[in-house]
Amino acid sequence: MEPLNVYASRLITKEEYFAPGHRSCQGCAEALAVRLVAKVLGNNVVVCAATGCMEIVSSPLPFTNWRVPWLHVAFENTGATLSGAEAGFRVLIRKGRLADKKTVFLGMGGDGATADIGLQALSGAFERGHDFVYVCYDNEAYMNTGIQRSSSTPFGATTTTSPSGKAKPTGQVTWKKNMPKIAVAHNIPYVATACSSYPIDLMEKVKKAAAKKGPAYVHILSVCPTGWRIPPDRAIWIGRLAVETGVFPLYEVEDGKYKITQEVDELRPVQEYLKPQGRFRHLTPEMIETIQERVTQDYKKLKTMTGKFNTPDKV
Amino acid sequence: MSINRKGIEVSIGAADAVAMADVDVIAAYPITPQTHIVEHLSEIVARGDLDAEFIPVESEHSAMSVCCGASAVGARTFTCTSSQGLALMNEIVFIAPCMRLPIVMILANRSLSGPLSIWNDHSDVMSIRDCGWIQVFTENGQDVFDHVFFAFRVAENPQVSLPVIVNMDGFILTHMIEAIEYWEPEMVRRYLPEFKPVNRLHPDKPVTMGAFGMPNIFTEAKKAQNEALLSSKVEILRAWKEMGDITGRYYKPVESYQADDAETVFLTMGSLSETVSIAVDRLRAQGKAVGQIKLRLWRPFPFEEFRLAVKNVKKIIVLDRALSFGGPGGPVASEIRAALYGEQNMPVVANFVAGLAGRDVTVNDYIAMYEKAEPFAKGKVRQDDYIIYGVRE
Repeated sequence: MEPLNVYASRLITKEEYFAPGHRSCQGCAEALAVRLVAKVLGNNVVVCAATGCMEIVSSPLPFTNWRVPWLHVAFENTGATLSGAEAGFRVLIRKGRLADKKTVFLGMGGDGATADIGLQALSGAFERGHDFVYVCYDNEAYMNTGIQRSSSTPFGATTTTSPSGKAKPTGQVTWKKNMPKIAVAHNIPYVATACSSYPIDLMEKVKKAAAKKGPAYVHILSVCPTGWRIPPDRAIWIGRLAVETGVFPLYEVEDGKYKITQEVDELRPVQEYLKPQGRFRHLTPEMIETIQERVTQDYKKLKTMTGKFNTPDKV
Repeated sequence: MSINRKGIEVSIGAADAVAMADVDVIAAYPITPQTHIVEHLSEIVARGDLDAEFIPVESEHSAMSVCCGASAVGARTFTCTSSQGLALMNEIVFIAPCMRLPIVMILANRSLSGPLSIWNDHSDVMSIRDCGWIQVFTENGQDVFDHVFFAFRVAENPQVSLPVIVNMDGFILTHMIEAIEYWEPEMVRRYLPEFKPVNRLHPDKPVTMGAFGMPNIFTEAKKAQNEALLSSKVEILRAWKEMGDITGRYYKPVESYQADDAETVFLTMGSLSETVSIAVDRLRAQGKAVGQIKLRLWRPFPFEEFRLAVKNVKKIIVLDRALSFGGPGGPVASEIRAALYGEQNMPVVANFVAGLAGRDVTVNDYIAMYEKAEPFAKGKVRQDDYIIYGVRE
C-alpha cells in the first residue's frame, strides 16, 4: 500500500484552487480536506458554501482564497443556494445563453450546517435530485463559534456546551447522528465517508461523486486540533486512529450498494483513539467500555450491509 | 396598438406577466393567499409555454436561498410569498440586496401571526421595511400586471442591480377578478431587455460572492448598499416613464387625487386607495376640501415628491395597516412625520390604524375618520397619538 500511495500522490495536480494564505488554525485537517476536494474538481466548478470555519478563514472581504467561483449566503441554506445555482445553469444552457461545460456544483458545510441547521435545505435538494456534490466537513462540533456541541459530536466528548461536571460527568450524552445514513435514505446515487488522513481514498470518492448524475454526498471526518484538544501535528495520526479503531469507518454507498473502502482486519481498541484527545480526558473506563461496545456493534452492522443494497425498492 | 383586455383573476394575471417576462427560475413554497400565482406558473411551465425551472422548495427560507443561487449565476429569478413565509425567509431577504442580486418577489400582503390569520394587512411588509429591497405598492390588477415588468426591468438594470418587491394586497387583489390590459409580446421585448448580470458566478471568470465584512470594511459596504438603493430612484423614474410611453399608464412615486387645492388629504398605500377615492368624492360633494395622496414607492422613500405633494396641505390622515407595538403609531405615519419634520408649515398628521387582517374599511369608515380627525390641530396632536379604528368595545 505504502509505495502505491507515494506514486499516486504524484498524480495529484500541483494547482491550488483553495489558495494558501487562509486563516485556519495550525494543523487544521478540515482545510486540508477542502484543499484536496478543490484539487479533484479543478477549475470547472461552482462552489456554494455555508457559514462556518471554512467560510470565515477563506473570505474576509476584500480578500478571497478561492480561485474558483464561490458563493456564501448563510448558514443553513447551502442545499438551497446550490439548487438555485445548478438549476440556473441548467435553464440558461437549455435556453442557449450559457455554453454547456459540464460544470460541477459543489456544496460545502460543516457538521452543524449539514446535520443540524441545514439538514432541511439539504434534504430538499437531495429529494429534488439536483446534480451536485455536497461535502460535509465534519469536525464534530461548532468550532467556529467556540467548540459548542452539535448533533455530530460523539458520545463522551466535552465541548463548551457539553462539559463534564460532577452532576453530568459524561460530556456529550447523545450518540453521533448518522448523517451518511440519512443521505442514503434519500436514495441518492452516491454516498461516501472519507477522512483527510486518507487523501487518495478521499479524492477517489470525490471524483466518483462528481461523475454521478444527481446528488452525491461525501462526509469527511475533519480532525480539529483546536476543538479536540490535540497538538496540531497529530491531526493526521488521529484521523488514522479514527478509522483503524472503527470509530469512523471509510465506506461508500454506490447506487445503494455498500462497500467498505478501507478494510480493517482487526479493529484497534477505541481507547487508542480516545486517550490522546483532551476532549475525552474525563472518560472513565466504564464510559470507554460503553463506547467500545457501540463502535464494535456499529462496525458489525456496517459489515453486514457490505455488498447488499440499501433498499429493496432500489435496483 | 390593439388593446388586449381580459377579465381575469389578478393572481393569474400576475403569473402570466411573470411568464411573459420569460423568467428562468421560480422557487416558491405554498402559502395563502399567494398560492394561485405559483400554481398558475407551475401550470404554464408544465404545459411547456414557459421554459423555466420551477423549484418546489421545502420552505420559504429555501425559496429565497434558491433565488440567491439562481440570480448569482445570472438567471432571471422570481419568487412569491406572504406573511409567515416572508417571516421565515427574513434572514435571506436582508442578504440578497447586499449581494446586489436582482430577484423579483411578489408579496401577497397578509397579516403576521399571532393570532394566526390568513387575511390582508401590511404587517408582513412592514417587518422588512429596512431590508434594502426596492419596494412598491399596487392598487389594482393592472398595477400588479404592469409592475411585474417594471420590477424585472429595474432590478436587472446594471445601474441598479437590486431586488424588488411588488406588494399586492392578499385576497383584495390576489383573489379578485378584474379587467387587465395584457401587454403584447412586442411591448415586453421593447421594455424588458435580456438579463445581463454585472457579475455572474461562472468558471470562466471566478468571483467570490458573499465574503464576510470585518469592522474595518463593514460600514463602507453598508454605505455603498444604501447609496445603491438611493440612486436607484433615477432608474425607477425612467422605468415608469418608459412604461408610460409604451402603455399610456404613467406611474409615479407619489400619486394624488383631488389634492391640488385640498386642505386635508388621506394618505394610502395599496388597494384601499380606490375606496378612499370614493370617500374623497363624497366629501367633496359636501364641499370639503379633501384629497388623496397615494404612496406607490415605499423604498427608496420618495422624500422630494412627497414633500412637494403635501406642500399646501394642512392635515394628513395617514392610514396604517400595521401596528408598531409600543411605538409611535403605525409605521407609515411615523415615517410620514419624520419626512415632514422641520418643514415650514408642517401639516398635522392624524394616524388611523385600520383594516387589520382583512377587516373591511368602507367608504363610510373613511368619512367617519375624516370627522374624527377634525379636532386634530397643531399643538394638540403628538407623534404617539393614533387611533385604532373600528375596535368593537
